[in-house]
Amino acid sequence: MTKTSIFIFFLFAGLISCKKEDAQILSVKTYTYNELKPLLEKNDGKTYIINFWATWCAPCVKELPYFEKINQEYSDKNVEVLLVSLDFPKQVERKLIPFINKRKLKSEVVLLDDINENVWIKAIDKSWSGAIPATIIYNKNNRKFYEQSFDYKTLKNELLTFLK
Amino acid sequence: MKIIKVVLSIVVVAILTFAFTSKTEKGYKVGDTIEDFTLKNIDDKMVSLSNYGEAKGFIIIFTCNMCPYSVANEDRIIALDAKYKSKGYPVISINPNDPKASKGDSFEDMKVRAAEKGFTFPYLFDDGQKVFPKFGASKTPHVYIVNASAMKVEYIGAIDNSSRNPDAVSEKYVENVIDALLVGKKPTKTETRAIGCSIKVM
Repeated sequence: MTKTSIFIFFLFAGLISCKKEDAQILSVKTYTYNELKPLLEKNDGKTYIINFWATWCAPCVKELPYFEKINQEYSDKNVEVLLVSLDFPKQVERKLIPFINKRKLKSEVVLLDDINENVWIKAIDKSWSGAIPATIIYNKNNRKFYEQSFDYKTLKNELLTFLK
Repeated sequence: MKIIKVVLSIVVVAILTFAFTSKTEKGYKVGDTIEDFTLKNIDDKMVSLSNYGEAKGFIIIFTCNMCPYSVANEDRIIALDAKYKSKGYPVISINPNDPKASKGDSFEDMKVRAAEKGFTFPYLFDDGQKVFPKFGASKTPHVYIVNASAMKVEYIGAIDNSSRNPDAVSEKYVENVIDALLVGKKPTKTETRAIGCSIKVM
């Protein structure tokens, strides 16, 4: 009896720890531009870093770890990273979700699925040509748009100008 | 030593200023006159716009092998050439990427892709990346419609309003512009935007 309960205990403990280690996401929230918009103009005490990317975009994938690192290191300083994927809606199940799980992304990932690119690209920033990667950093005092790639140091230095 | 430092910092500032201004401010706008270019086509022949004596204008498209947005638009680019070359507006496609920064976008790879898809138009290689900055192209695909009479830019932007999904297209920007030009009208929408892959530089 005791042997069996010990066995069951370890079995459960094993299952729980496994689950914790490989917390897999199964879906990604999908937004139209109008649904996404409120997340691009919050007016609370936080500083937000919004990165527009896609799994098929090599320079985007390259810079993702820097955004992840910032998200981890600055979460206690009221900084939040949001990764807005522009993956093809048809490839969410096959590419985006496996990618998020494989890379164990901790920042929140949402999909922007809105056909009206000619409207929302301009609305997000009038200087944005539509090329990705692209990034917004904003808080209630300041807002900047970057149509460029980041390395960790440049991203951190940009963020610091918002945290003064 | 001090002087060297000062000189160095001036140089750095100058380079940075140049790099950033050239990125955001240079490049053709609608109404600008473009300079002709000479680039190598996938058949190893050099191509310039002046080779097209009969053309009324050009659909110049910066595109490449590797960008999924470009690939998603390949059939639409072929269809544009099929529809408008005979009417005087041929497609001229240009790969602006540095193959060192974008594996799969080399001149040899371009030949392979063009053969696979049966491109009916020139697919030119911007070797040395001298041409795309003059246009101010920032991504693939990126379309410039130019009239041949004055070499003026008539349109900059996307092919249509649904680059990701050809089944959802409800407005064909490029076709509307050329249809207007063909009957001597001013195009109504001369600038549009779409998501695309940044042009790859080292």
